[in-house]
Order: sequence, then structure tokens, then C-alpha cells
Amino acid sequence: MAATVLVETAIEPARKPGKTPRPRGGMTKKRGIDWLMLALVIVGALLIIAPFYLVLVNSFKSPVDYATSGPLALPESLDFTGIVKFWERVNFPEKVWNSIFISGIVAVLAVLISMLNAFAIGIGRVRGRSWIVLLFLLANLLPQEALLYPLYYMFKEVGLYDSVWSVIIIFTVIQAAFGTYLLSSVYGTFPKEILEAASLDGAGRWKILWRVVFPISRPTLSVLLIFFFIWTWNEFLIPLTFLASNANQTVPVAISVLQGDRLMDVTTTSASALLGIIPTLIFFLIFQRTLTRGITAGAVK
Amino acid sequence: MTITTREPRARRAKLPPEEPSIPQRGKGTGGYWLYLLPGFVLLLVIVLVPLGWNVYLTFTSWKGVGTPDFIGLENWAKLLTDEDFWTSFANSIWMVLAMVVVPTTVGLLVAALLFDVVGRKFGGKIGSFLRATYYLPQILPVAVAGIVIGWIVRPGADGALNQILGAFGIAPVDWLGKMPSALIVLMVVLVWVQIGYPVVVFMAALQRVDPELYEAAELDGANWFQRFTAITMSIIRPEIFVVTLTCTIAALKIFGPVYVITRGGPAGSTLVPAYYAYQEFFTKRHVGYGATIATVLTIVVVIVSIVFIRFQNALERKERAGL
Repeated sequence: MAATVLVETAIEPARKPGKTPRPRGGMTKKRGIDWLMLALVIVGALLIIAPFYLVLVNSFKSPVDYATSGPLALPESLDFTGIVKFWERVNFPEKVWNSIFISGIVAVLAVLISMLNAFAIGIGRVRGRSWIVLLFLLANLLPQEALLYPLYYMFKEVGLYDSVWSVIIIFTVIQAAFGTYLLSSVYGTFPKEILEAASLDGAGRWKILWRVVFPISRPTLSVLLIFFFIWTWNEFLIPLTFLASNANQTVPVAISVLQGDRLMDVTTTSASALLGIIPTLIFFLIFQRTLTRGITAGAVK
Repeated sequence: MTITTREPRARRAKLPPEEPSIPQRGKGTGGYWLYLLPGFVLLLVIVLVPLGWNVYLTFTSWKGVGTPDFIGLENWAKLLTDEDFWTSFANSIWMVLAMVVVPTTVGLLVAALLFDVVGRKFGGKIGSFLRATYYLPQILPVAVAGIVIGWIVRPGADGALNQILGAFGIAPVDWLGKMPSALIVLMVVLVWVQIGYPVVVFMAALQRVDPELYEAAELDGANWFQRFTAITMSIIRPEIFVVTLTCTIAALKIFGPVYVITRGGPAGSTLVPAYYAYQEFFTKRHVGYGATIATVLTIVVVIVSIVFIRFQNALERKERAGL
């Protein structure tokens, strides 16, 4: 699961920017080899873009257009039959809503639990905290297969199988495990003077958490919130297992289960891939700055 | 990622337990445990209990209904002679190649070129635009990435790749119906999805490299390649380590692309451990055996993490000793 790769990358408030490289010899001095290198990187980028291009142009072709002009050409005229067919087939708005509902609730709950845990570990400095942090980290690294069947059986027993709540509960725990690991180290370095001042003013722990720690760490919390949302959106194995009926499925699952269906002709399949791409593309455009800062800033502390 | 901050044990034992950051007023620190309670109960119910239960299931034969029959080590013994099991872990090596080795090496090169050549001589805007391009597939759910590539290699005359090749007079190929092309398609998906991650992380790391170091090396007559290996690689080594560790773990757990593209076929030759366990659980209803495969996968993931962290710690110690 490539998307979860990000899970293990810490998100940290951005480091102060390093020295910007001085352009040596000015930007004008380009040798032949430099042009060659540029060409090489551009060819690589074109290869990366190619699948997106293919899916995009062919989603708007009629099957006849596709058959005559081939996959590389632009569509002769914009044809929405493939997209409309797939949209109606999976009831796309319903799937988008399921994904938003699940990912949104998971993100909020997981941030909340991470904050409570990290408050006890990072600020309360409870005994054995390094072991507790390690435990949470391991919970996040585990392959989900190792929990899959017992969870499946448990949720069946309590009647939550095929309910979005089963997926919400599981991912709240998995994401909060990572959040606890990360936030504990952030709270471990929380400025002591501020906490002492609040305590002198007579604030108890609960009040300090909500009136002091929460507002000050809000930037980190919002980065976590966005990451939890996107990671949960991209999850596949657990939603696939737990959301059996069509009406409960998330976007990636609904699209996947229809692959290989006899009614899916070549342009409809292309449209299904396009509809899978679009929501994440929108998130990327909205959260681009937060995302790149989160990915890069904290890879190493 | 800072699992690496573990202090040597002897030193940690001497430290007195630290005080909470909020001054104490009479009552003890026990109250903080209340804040851990919800998180801990959830962790227990959703992770720890299922994990233990799954290990117990490896010693049973169970169809998912009724009570599991205790059969001792039978499932574990079966692994030794199960060809599909060995194929699935052998394929994990290919997944690591596609998700770790290729993206890290190519990503290092692309990042260095973008930063050193493109960013400096053609302007930062082109550099960041190209970086965003390389990163684009990373945002996709990996199952959707599988569907995109799966669509391109769709078998039959109407598949996109087959149509393109058809223009050169090549007959349609059933890419997913035979080996090694089915495995190669899976690997292409992983390389495509993964390449942007090292590029972005390494480019950020390269900003830490002091340009004066380069200038000094240049004056000493070092060429680009020598500078790259001697200066760049050693400075961004922590990032290389993080990328390698996280990607290796992700490669071992890979499931989505196999599910949407090959379903382990043809004839089980593209099975990976996660998919094999899933199949045993829900298609064949051999729950005990599926649990055994999942447990082996867990053990491998944990071992890989420990080995990596030990290795990194040893390197750090050596470095500090050398200073």
C-alpha cells in the first residue's frame, strides 16, 4: 500500500529553511550536457504523466471513436456516455459521500485520541512512556492481515459487519496509533513556562489541555487531520472486507469490485479509473502545500 | 522518523523518572492515566486482542463458523511444503525491487538532477513543476493506480497498449495471462506509484547540503559523480534510510494492485503474502492457514524494522565515534 508509506514519515512543523543554493556562474551558463540532463528528466516526467493522459482522453471517447482513432489521439468530440454509465452504475455521489463520511469522522476522532494520549505521554510523562510509544508505533506498522479475521469475526458478532462504523472504528485506532507516536514527541518539547503560567493561574489539567495545549499545537493537529483524512480515503483492504453491500462502499472499493465486469467496455473502464483519480487530485490541489511540507519536513528529525 | 532516538539502556536507567511539565499540586501523576484510557482500550480491542487471537488461530483448523479445532503445529508444517507460500514470499522480493530499489535509486538520481542541474541552471520553477509531476501518482489510492495501469494493459485487441503495438503490426498480447509479463505489470504499477516519494524527500534533504562544500570539492578537482557519492550521499543518508525502511514495509504489505489486476494469477504465480492470506480467509475459508501466513508476514515486517533500526543506530554510533 504505497499510500500508507507516508504513514511512517513523521510530520513536523517545518524546519527553518536551509540556505538557498547560490546560483554559481549565473543561470545563463548552460552547457550541452545540462540540456541533455534536462531532456532526460523531462522524458521521465512524460512517462509518469502518460497513464493519466491515456485515461483522461479515452474517458471522453465513444467506443466507436476509440476503435477508429486509437488510444493516443484526442477525442473527436466530447462523449460522456462512458462516464455517465459508470457514474450511474456505481451511484458515484453515494460512494463519494461514504468516503467523505468515513474519512472525516476517522480524522477527527483519531486526532482527538492522539491528543489525549500524547498529553499523558508527552506532558504528563507517565511511567514507562517509551514502551507505550513503541507499542503504539508497532500497532501502526503491523500488516492489517494479522488483525483481519479476528476483527471480521468480532464485528459480525456485534452486528457492525457491513456498516461504515466498523471501518471508522478500526481506522480511528490505526491512525491514532501513528498520531500518538508523533504528537508525543511534539508535546515532549512543549514550552514548560506556558504550562507553568497556566497552572499558576489556577487551571487544572483538563483546562490546560483545551485552553493552552490545543490552540498552540493547532497547526500540527491540522496537518495530522489532513493526512488522516487522505490516508483513510486511500485505504483498501479493510473497507473491501467489511463493506460488503454496495450502498456502504468507499470510492476505491466500489471502483475495484466492478473491474472485469462483463458490462464494462473499454471506455467505461477508462471512465471508472478517471473517477477514481479525480477526488484525490482535488485534495492534492487543495492541500498541496500542507502535504509537501508534511512529507518533506519531518522525514528526519 | 525517530524510533532511532533510543538511548543506550544503561544511561536511561540512571535517569530519575521525569516530572510532568505541569507543576504538581498535591495529587499524584496518576491522573494522567485517565487521558490514556480511551486510546488504550481501543488499542486493546482493535489491535492487541485480534493480534493474539490471530496467533492462536494458527494452531487451529477453522472454517469461520463453530469452534476452531486445535491441530497443533499442522498449519506451520504445511507452510514448509506449500509452493504457493514460497512463491508469495519470493514475489515479495520482486515487490521490494519495484517499490524500494528502483524508486530509491532512480529517485536519488532524479532529485539530484532536478536540484543540481535543472533547479540551478534553468530556474526553480521548472524544478518544482517537474517535482510535482513525479509526485502525482503518489496521491492515488494504490488500488486506483492498479486500475489505471490495468486498463492500459487490458488484454484483447481493444487494450490501449495492444492498440499502440498493433500500429507496428504486433499481434495483441495477453499481458496478464502469462509470466513474466503479469509480474512485470504489477512491478510497473509500484514503480509508477512510488517514484515521487523519494524524489520529494531527497530534494528537500538536498537543501541541507552546504553549497560551499561543493565549491571546495570542485576546487580540489572532484567531478560531479565524486561529489555526489562523497558529499551528497553521506549528508542525506538519514533520508535514504527512512525511505528504504518505510517503502520496504509497504512493499511487504502490498495487496491492492494484486487484487485489482491479477488476483494472484496466472495460476498463483503473482501471489503475494497479503493476498494469499486474504484468499485463504475469505475464498477458501481456511482461516487457520490464512492466519498462519498473516503471522509469518507480521514476523517478517517486525524483523525487517528491527534490523533496519539496529543498522542505523550502529551507523550513527560509528559516525559519532569517528568525529
